Parts: sequence; C-alpha cells; structure tokens
Amino acid sequence: MVDLPGRPSRRSFLKATVASAAVTSIPIGLPHAKAAELPSLEDYKPVYFDAAEWSFILAACARLIPSDGTGPGAIETRVPVFIDLQMAGDFGKAADWYMEGPYKADANPLLGFQSPLAPAEIYRKAIPVFQDWCKQTHGDAFEKLDAETQDAALTSLEKGGVKLDPELRDFFSFLLQNTKEGYFADPMYGGNQGMQAWVHIGFPGARGSYAEWVNNYNAEYPLGPVSISGERA
Amino acid sequence: MARQDPRKDVVVIGLGWTGAIMSMELAQEGLEVLALERGDDRDTVPDFQYPNIIDELKYGIRYGLMQKPRKSTLTIRHGLDDTALPYRHLGSFLPGDGVGGAGAHWNGQNWRPQEPEYRLRSYVEETFGADIIPEGMTIQDWGVTYEELEPYFDQFEKVAGISGKAGNLNGEIVEGGNPFEAPRSSDYPMPPLPHTYDADLFSKAAKAKGLHPFPRPSANASEAYTNPYGMQLGPCNFCGFCERFGCLNYSKSSPQVCILDALKRKPNFSYKTNSEVLKIEKAEDGKTVTGVTYFDEKANEEVFQPADLVLLCAYSLHNVHLLLLSGIGQPYDPATGEGVVGKNYAYQMTGGTRLYFKDKQFNPFIGTGSNGISIDDYSISQIDFAKEGFIGGSYITAGQTNGRPIQSMPLPPGTPKWGKAWKEAAGEWYGRSMAIGSHGSNMSYRDCYLDLDPTYTDRHGRPLMRMTFNWKENDIRMTQFMKARIEEIAETMNPDMIASGYKKDGSQYDVRPYQSTHNVGGAIMGAERKTSVLNKYLQHWDCHNLFVMGASAYPQNIQYNPTGALGGLAYWSAAAIRKDYLANPRPLV
Repeated sequence: MVDLPGRPSRRSFLKATVASAAVTSIPIGLPHAKAAELPSLEDYKPVYFDAAEWSFILAACARLIPSDGTGPGAIETRVPVFIDLQMAGDFGKAADWYMEGPYKADANPLLGFQSPLAPAEIYRKAIPVFQDWCKQTHGDAFEKLDAETQDAALTSLEKGGVKLDPELRDFFSFLLQNTKEGYFADPMYGGNQGMQAWVHIGFPGARGSYAEWVNNYNAEYPLGPVSISGERA
Repeated sequence: MARQDPRKDVVVIGLGWTGAIMSMELAQEGLEVLALERGDDRDTVPDFQYPNIIDELKYGIRYGLMQKPRKSTLTIRHGLDDTALPYRHLGSFLPGDGVGGAGAHWNGQNWRPQEPEYRLRSYVEETFGADIIPEGMTIQDWGVTYEELEPYFDQFEKVAGISGKAGNLNGEIVEGGNPFEAPRSSDYPMPPLPHTYDADLFSKAAKAKGLHPFPRPSANASEAYTNPYGMQLGPCNFCGFCERFGCLNYSKSSPQVCILDALKRKPNFSYKTNSEVLKIEKAEDGKTVTGVTYFDEKANEEVFQPADLVLLCAYSLHNVHLLLLSGIGQPYDPATGEGVVGKNYAYQMTGGTRLYFKDKQFNPFIGTGSNGISIDDYSISQIDFAKEGFIGGSYITAGQTNGRPIQSMPLPPGTPKWGKAWKEAAGEWYGRSMAIGSHGSNMSYRDCYLDLDPTYTDRHGRPLMRMTFNWKENDIRMTQFMKARIEEIAETMNPDMIASGYKKDGSQYDVRPYQSTHNVGGAIMGAERKTSVLNKYLQHWDCHNLFVMGASAYPQNIQYNPTGALGGLAYWSAAAIRKDYLANPRPLV
C-alpha cells in the first residue's frame, strides 16, 4: 500500500474504519448507515463538487485538519462530505442572506460579506484560481504537492498572497470555517464520523443534562458523547 | 387594494416579550387583542424539544431561530460621509423573529439598571459638572425614575421567574447579594442557581481583593416555580444549549414558558404569524393612528387591520424602522440635531480576558445562559467619571454558558488556526480555560443614529434602515479601564496564560464577529417632546394611541443586558394604559 504525497492516506481510512467498527458494535439504534458501509471518500459521489474540485477539497481538508499526531483528521471524520452537502444546501446557496445589489465586493472588510456570489459559487470560482497559482508558483496542482508545500500554499491563500478578485476574497475563511464545522457538527451532517472529534476534545455532544455535575469542580466528566440520532461513542 | 379586516380594540406588532406582556395585560381588561408576528409560530414542543434542538450547526451557527437577512436586514456605515452597505449575513448582532422573538433564544441575564442610569445626564451634571461630557455625546435622562419603575421590575421578575439573591432589600444591604443594586421591594422569586467551577474561582479571587461577588441574576430557573399567570418553570439542567437556542426544559424564561399558554386560553386574544406589518397608518388629523397594514404571507396579500390602540412591540431596530417608514414623528437629522426618530442609537461595549490553566478541568459544556458570579464594583454608580476620564461603567462576570465546539474553541495565544498544532491544541485545551468578561455601557452620540437607506430595499420594496455607528474614545477608555481591573483579578488566579480582547484606541466597529444583540435607542423616551419620541409612559408624543415598547426607548445604553429593564418598562406602560388611558384616551403627559 503506497500513500501518495498529498493524498488522503489509505491507512487513515483503514484506521477510521476500525475505529468506527468498534463504535458501531454497540447494539443501539443506528438510523444512519454504519461507517463500514459508507463509500470511501474517493468513491463518494459528490452532490455539488465536480471531480477536480473534489480532489482539491480532499487534499485541502487533509492539511487543514491533518490525520497525523493526536486526534482524528478531517479525512477520517469525513469532513469533505459535510462540505459537499453544505454547498448543495441553504448555506452554499446563501439562501438566508441578503443578496440584492448594488455590490461593493472590495468594501472595507469591517462591513462584512459584500460579494454578489453565494459561498458555493465562491468555491467554484476560487478553486481554479488557486490551482493556477499552485501550478505557477509550485509547479503542480495543489493535490499533487507534498504536504509541506501544500501548507505553504494554504498559508499564502490565508494571508492574501494569492491574488483573488474581491468577490472571492472570503474563500479561505469559508473553507476553514466549513472544515471546522464539519469536524465538530453532529454526525448527521456527514462529518464528525463516529463522533471522533467530540471524543478527541471531550465534548459529550447531545447529552443535554449536566445538573448533577455542576458542582463537581475540576473533575473529568465520565460519559462519552451521544449524537442527536442516539449514536454513542 | 388591501383586504380590510374587522376592527380590533388593540393590535400588537410582534409577539416577543413585550408583545406577550402587553397582550396579556390588555386582554385582562377584556379588550379584543390581536397580535401580528412576522415570523413563524414556535413553542417548546415541537420547536425546542430534545434532541433536535441540541444541534449546534443548525441553531448556533446557521442561526435557525434568527431573522433571515433575505427577508429583513439593514445597512451599516461608520460615519456620516460613508456609504452604508447591507448587513448581508448575521454577525455582530442576531435579531430574532417568530413567536417568542429574541425572548426565546436569549441568555436570560436579567438586570435592573442602577438609579443614576435613568437620569444619566442630570447625574453627570450634578455630580461631576456638565463640562466632563465630551463634545458630540448626546446622553439624556429617561424621564422616569427608578422609584416609579420599581414595582414593575418586581412584577416582571415574578412573571419571568428570576433566580438570584437580593443585595439591597428596601435599603438594607444583604450579605452575598449585589450591594450596589438599587433598593428592591422584595427578593428574587427563586434562590440563585448553582454555579460552575470558573465562576467559583472568580468569586474567591474577587472576594480576596475586597470586591463584592454575587450570583448573576438569572432567567434560568433554579427550582420548580409557578408564576402569577399560573405558568410553570422547572430547574435548569445546564445543558449548554441556551443562548441562540430555545429551551428544551421549560427552564429559561421566555414568552412561551411564562406567558403565552395562559394568554392563548383567553378568548379575546388571537394572533397571526407570518404577518409582517408594513406600515402603521396615521389618521388624517395626525394625532392618532388608525391601525396597521400588514402582509399576510399565507394569503399573499396586504391587509389593513383597523385598531383603536396600536402597540409597537417588535425588536428595537424594527420599531425604529417602522416609525420611519410610517412617517410618524420627525426623523432625526445629525447635521442640525433636530428631529427625534432614529436619534441616539447605541450598542454595548463588551470585552473579556481568557485564563488558561494546564491543571484545571472546566467541563465547558456544563453551562447555561446566565450562569455565574458577577461584581458591580466598577459599575456606573461606583466610578468617579471626572477622575477616570470617561462616562460609563460595566459589570464583570465569570460563568460559562456553553462549550459548543464550533463556536467556542478558545486556544492559547499563538496557536495556529489550522493544521496539526491546531488540532492537538483543541484536544489539549478545550476544557482548560475560563473567561472573565466585561459588559459595559455605550453612550449616545450626535452621529450614531438610524435613518432610511437611500439605495437598498427589502422584499416589499421598502427602504432598508441605515445604521450609522462607530466606537468612540469615551467608551474605549471605559473598556480599557475594565481590562486593567479584570487583568488584576486574573493575575491573582495564577493562570498559565492569559489572552485579552477589548476595543482599543482606533478600534472601528466590525460587523463580522458576534458582539451583542443589545441594539438600543432610536425611539427614545424622555421628558420633552422636542428631544424624544416617547413620553415617560412609552406613549408616542404625536399619536397618543400608539405606544412603543422595547430597548429602542433607551436614550443611551445601560451597562446591563436590556431585557430586565424593557420588561419592567412594559409593565409600567401597561399599568398607565389600564389605570389611566383606557378610560380617557389622550396624551398622558
């Protein structure tokens, strides 16, 4: 088994499957598909992203929350699936936002989001610009670069070193915010598989009642997380 | 051609806290009351029930219970020469809509302002001299005193079911309560909530410094309680999904939990949802209003609803917007200082310091909206404005409200925002920090105001409202003073690291990060018709059968969360209508 540089590690998929299998062996109601039955991220059919965008999203998520070190990464928690579903939903379409013109996309950032484009359109237009920048600056598409170069490229994107039209300037902040959302949101949204991110930090999820522990000062809470669907970890 | 519906005695615009209070009080008079709510109907079951409400993404991050800017928003600019741009998605403040309004998803921090706050300009002039008021600061008196309002604060606290401990009972200072509060005629209806570890550490540190910690007054119930309307609350379970969420447990005071079921049983009360009022209609004589025109979303048509009495009970910003759109009262002009509608918009000056402890576990997910211990040692009544060089004050608190990880993941200063180091820091530090916060006043200024935007319109084609607002030196000095006080306390607690976040010299208003949904002013109350929109009874100076509730009445912002004061004001106004106005409708002043 060879792990390509910059590709989501196959070993991390395997690791995730083993960990999830342990979770799903608890005999309680599980309305969603067991982790073992979910398609691998490479076999997953995105609802919103095309194949090139999906390769980028997988590779970017794998650097924003990597799998090495302590705690699960964005890949084994299936954060890219979360982002794909969000793009296809109300968030991606800016369904709740005021999107009437006139627009002043280069306004003082303190006045907030001013792009005429909804987040899903921003991803769609910004990814190729960033990919071109990666090719010109680092000689290859983002997902083909080694991890260290990918981190340098993302840092340039974050710090404004990649020239984006003003209407795309929120791209990195959406990408990072959506990645963290997918990591920590309830698993029903597609990420945080097996509630691994909640286990990692010690958040008990949807338990919803801690009255008996309020005055138990400086003591580790003993129970692991539950999800909205009743899944436990 | 608008449909016209049968006349009602009273039409209430907005069914949040003040709409529910006014509907109940006037329904008790036997009047036919109709409430019009622009948002959806909502109740504990099914809208706030477990487990679906315990969904951080849907409610905490995507703002499931908040107003949708696509349907309703405003434009914002920093100064008179700037072009305002739309507040396209929510950030700095989160107005609600739907039955219960923001009263469904608030924290439940329930305060009474201090005595000097109702007569701030007079207090400053008498105590320190008029010359300490900076050029351009337009603070005013409320036109009503604490003594007049006290019975109505008491009434609201009993309806809402507030947990706390009195510090000043009829002038007598009570150990363990807030010694700097205004005198209360009775104690809180419930004892204080238990508090979490962070609050306990803060309390001990404050006490050791000779300060006066007390339990934060809380609209999260500490025990089983039945209010004067027969509505019942149960003790809070510290689920950590309070602010931004409806309460799953009948513990957080809200219009739903405290008023609405009792109100809905009254045959002379009815309400319509998805019914946004577009305009309050003025009578030809200009001295009264005839009713309202609203958009009935289900019927997809405009409706004229005639009424004898119109009560404007929407969120503060929408109260002002509706007055401007309806042409009721003279709009404020910052160039001349004339006019009143939109004048003295103010916000809330907040800041905080986070303390990181390697060896302490705070279990931040154990929390509730108004958990904690506060001090009022640096409040408006306690500060020498002349000496310190600012007008204002703050209360200081520790008490965790939530550990929802998307929103609340404070990591030590210097931690990268992503990558392996971020992930590992999240695992290491999630439970190992606490905060001490400053919640402070914000004065009003000549060039901070609300008017109609010249460019942007809403889905009904009406101009959006335009907010002109920025931070001012006086209030920045106030918050920097609080930073120094909080850091002094924090140091005595021996944290491994601290990180402070306060507005500083040159800070500009940033609409992106959440700060506070305490937008006040714009339809202010006062002693004179030339300088205020409403008289002391919240009655419109020009149209006597129009009363305007809410924090839009505050001539500058108090140092406290606004709900306790607007609840008390609503009961005060209701009493004036019931005892005096109904028998003889006229200007009460």
